[in-house]
Amino acid sequence: MKVAVITFPGSNCDYDLYKAAQQVGADASFIWHRERDLKGYDAVLLPGGFSYGDYLRAGAIARVSPVMEDVVVFANSGGLVLGICNGFQILCEAGLLPGALVRNEELTFQGKDVRIRVECSDTLFTSDYADGQILRVPIAHGEGNFEADQATLETLESDGRIVFRYVDASGATSDEANPNGSWHNIAGITNEAGNVLGMMPHPERAMEDILGSTDGIGLFTSLASSLSGLAS
Amino acid sequence: MSPYQLEIRVKPRPGLLDPQGKAIHHSLNSLGWEGVRDVRVGKAIYVDIDAESSDSAVEAAEAMCRKLLSNPVTEDFEISVTDMSEGGES
Repeated sequence: MKVAVITFPGSNCDYDLYKAAQQVGADASFIWHRERDLKGYDAVLLPGGFSYGDYLRAGAIARVSPVMEDVVVFANSGGLVLGICNGFQILCEAGLLPGALVRNEELTFQGKDVRIRVECSDTLFTSDYADGQILRVPIAHGEGNFEADQATLETLESDGRIVFRYVDASGATSDEANPNGSWHNIAGITNEAGNVLGMMPHPERAMEDILGSTDGIGLFTSLASSLSGLAS
Repeated sequence: MSPYQLEIRVKPRPGLLDPQGKAIHHSLNSLGWEGVRDVRVGKAIYVDIDAESSDSAVEAAEAMCRKLLSNPVTEDFEISVTDMSEGGES
């Protein structure tokens, strides 16, 4: 199982993602954003960080990086693509996911542990979780407020493409549990085909007890089992 | 080819929550400008370009906005062009 971790200038979660992929048995490699060869890879991971200093809009410059043309082709041919935090922002800018991530409603950068609820375990990224399972994972972003036009939002909702939502300790979606003002507490969504997932929280930073949570492991084991299922 | 300067104003779409504008709105109110009804924060981008005509400079700017400078999900844009050649007019 070969996994590409794309590094943009300003990425800062690429090593975490690399290590998370290795932890579930993947053969992970870093791909610099100017390299253009994704042949032979089974999944592409876009890390968090501040690519190009978030200039213009978060993810806007990274999405015109040479490698992104290949990522678009890879995604459109059914390859598994996961974007976390800045990776999610880049996927939206690239048009691989609908909507946009705008400034947090309260304007401040949010860096803390949050709870998210698994809304759909029937995806290539969440099969090792149970529906309704609550995960404790960190967030670290200033632009995580998911916005889209009303028709898109309703489609995401009705098609079950909202994979994670911010919730409180009891598992309920509430304004207090929403760290950034995202519509309907959206924390992660998939594309229509289900092979592209974008999420603001950082499962790759919740992989070991020493990090405070191991709730992120399931996402990477799900990804690994999807890839072995696709290969067989 | 003549030199033109494009001023491209990118602003949040109406109806979209603009938290920066909201914060500035509150600050202006608290400084005493009680009549301020709304504040929205956008950005201006200045592009110097050589083009055949002012129309083609604007056409290029529109394409730049669609491809990179604005996000159609959240932003609208407006373009002004100035002819920078000697004796040129906007």
